Amino acid sequence: MNERYSRQQLFAPIGEEGQKKIRGKHVVLVGAGALGTGNAEALVRSGIGKLTIIDRDYVEWSNLQRQQLYSEADAKERLPKAIAAKRRLEQINSEVEIEAIVGDAGPEELETIALKQRPDLWIDATDNFDTRLVINDVAYKYNIPWIYGACVGSYGLSCAFIPNRTPCLYCLLETVPQGGLTCDTAGIISPSVQMVISYQMAEALKILVEDWSALRGKLVSFDLWTNEYAAIRIDGVKKDGCPTCGRHPSYPFLSYEQRTKTAVLCGRDSVQIRPPALRQYDLNELAELFRRQGLQAEANPYLVSVSLGDKRLVVFRDGRALVHGTKDVQEAKAIYYRYLG
Amino acid sequence: MTLVINGEAIAVPDEVKTVGDLLAHFRLENKLCIVEVNVRIIQKHEYETTALCDGDRVEIVHFVGGG
Ligand SMILES: [Zn+2]
Repeated sequence: MNERYSRQQLFAPIGEEGQKKIRGKHVVLVGAGALGTGNAEALVRSGIGKLTIIDRDYVEWSNLQRQQLYSEADAKERLPKAIAAKRRLEQINSEVEIEAIVGDAGPEELETIALKQRPDLWIDATDNFDTRLVINDVAYKYNIPWIYGACVGSYGLSCAFIPNRTPCLYCLLETVPQGGLTCDTAGIISPSVQMVISYQMAEALKILVEDWSALRGKLVSFDLWTNEYAAIRIDGVKKDGCPTCGRHPSYPFLSYEQRTKTAVLCGRDSVQIRPPALRQYDLNELAELFRRQGLQAEANPYLVSVSLGDKRLVVFRDGRALVHGTKDVQEAKAIYYRYLG
Repeated sequence: MTLVINGEAIAVPDEVKTVGDLLAHFRLENKLCIVEVNVRIIQKHEYETTALCDGDRVEIVHFVGGG
């Protein structure tokens, strides 16, 4: 018996059989922020076979309070989160294959992963409902479970969605949340993050060892400051006409029109811009180009960061960019096209 | 009347007669919520017509986006 997993194997519902199953599983983590880093560490320590991490952002100082895989060096270097997470996770457990994808988790990207890799589980660690509804569609289309998690302040909630067993997120929401609702500016304390991770990870372990009868089947929420707790059984909300899990699904969030070209990043005073067709930049050349225009530009192997007065433009290799210092999509676009054409 | 909301007995004012009133009372009417009354999930179009009675067990979960 591998000493490394001995305590987990002693836990009867997992056992030696369960551990073998965990070892054969591939999990995709969408987002590598607070929930993402916690889930990633727990999954990798538990001894899964492969973890894919997809994230569009890079490490900043404000992340260090709760995003447990990152260090000051990562923030100084502005390392993409997926890359910094991979480095740390490989130190934690070299037996697990880690795939880092620096990019947007759009319909195209997630569907490619689903088709080519047939993962066993998606874990939601994003900060917005646009991406969650894409995960929801991909999960039900390819019959792969996914686990929702979210938190703000001292509040958090989680729910596991299992194709053919539970209704989907769309059934639960009925209406699609609009921008303002999903963007939280109330701050966050780390125990709320850890609590959501625990709910997600417990359901993840049950799914990985295929102990379907142990699944909670409930949407749960808590507030660690006001000491409230709620749980609602979700099996009753399934709708026959649901476009994702109903009788004639159309998976509306995977359609071409749904591809996000711009997105305002939650609580970040930043806008993301995706060019219509991805490009392939030589980042050193790009940095040089900026410098010749008298601008201050820094490059690492993954991105170039340019200061533009009170704004900052960060360009990734594939042409995707973050414009910091604005929430105005038009202004961000203007900056993008002025410098990148 | 007194309702058992998220496991705790809470007295609500007499004006609260429906699920819609209850959400307004807690200022949750503009949040994305799931409401269950006596183990039955109430659809959004039923909020204003679903009457609440003394002792009803209500669970309210609201969605947030952050992560
Ligand atoms: Zn559905």
